[in-house]
Amino acid sequence: MDLAKEVFQHVEKLPGGNLILTSTDKLFNWARSNSLWYLLFGLKCCAIEMMAAGASRYDMDRLGLMFRASPRQTDLMIVAGTVTAKMAPRIRLLWEQMAEPRYVIAMGSCSITGGAFFYDSYAAIKGVDEVVPVDVYIPGCPPRPEALIEGILKLQEKIKQESIVRR
Amino acid sequence: MIEEIKIGKDEILDVCLKLKESCDFLAFVTAVDYPERGLLELVYNLRSLTDNKNVILKVELPRENPEISSVAVVWPAAEWHEREIFDLFGVKFSGHPDLRRILLPEDWQGHPLLKDYVKPGVIKRPETIK
Ligand code: SF4
Repeated sequence: MDLAKEVFQHVEKLPGGNLILTSTDKLFNWARSNSLWYLLFGLKCCAIEMMAAGASRYDMDRLGLMFRASPRQTDLMIVAGTVTAKMAPRIRLLWEQMAEPRYVIAMGSCSITGGAFFYDSYAAIKGVDEVVPVDVYIPGCPPRPEALIEGILKLQEKIKQESIVRR
Repeated sequence: MIEEIKIGKDEILDVCLKLKESCDFLAFVTAVDYPERGLLELVYNLRSLTDNKNVILKVELPRENPEISSVAVVWPAAEWHEREIFDLFGVKFSGHPDLRRILLPEDWQGHPLLKDYVKPGVIKRPETIK
């Protein structure tokens, strides 16, 4: 399949041998970017679009993304919705429980800046980047599943630039 | 059919015990803030599922130190509604089994649905943005 072809671009086969040579960076990045399991949690209306993107019509599984119900088994946190003052410490806790390397996508204007709750709100945090570091921002209210998938492809590009030396 | 009854705050338990004979369902308890009249108004919506009746019970409380007996002993459904009113309006319900904040974090200061509530750091909506 295409994926197999893609990994063999990074792999050299020794003729006649059963050894393969590759750079660990390329192999790890290829593996990481194509098995981004994301945390099963949504905060508000954006979560509906996230669910739609995960369901059969948009089918994020084909990109290697799966919902995972435990933060200890996830690589990606999609913050889909308004971050409230009460939820913020819990988001931080979930993020701290995720294993490295971990990535965060801020989905929707609420989790980027507070969105519709920027003015006059006593409870909304003005952007999830006050709580956890964010890798990709996806604007929209709510962003369509296509936009979410575009954001994930951007994140995969970002992961492919990484080196395990820095992480 | 909707019936509206206004009662004083000391009668609440007696009235509710009496109404319980016909109204078996407490739909909600809520509160309204009237700062210009110095009042907080509690609104109880009771229903009778057997004779299809709707009773609205209104009680006025002073804005300073509002306190009233809890009706959670009459309708257990009132328990969380009263916690919500305590959380957002600061009304004390005496005799409530577990009067804690229900929506906001435990260490929150103030009661945000009161009209004169201000939280430092909240950005006001400019006049030009509707
Ligand atoms: S950005 Fe819009 S759709 Fe998303 S959580 Fe906020 S209000 Fe809901």
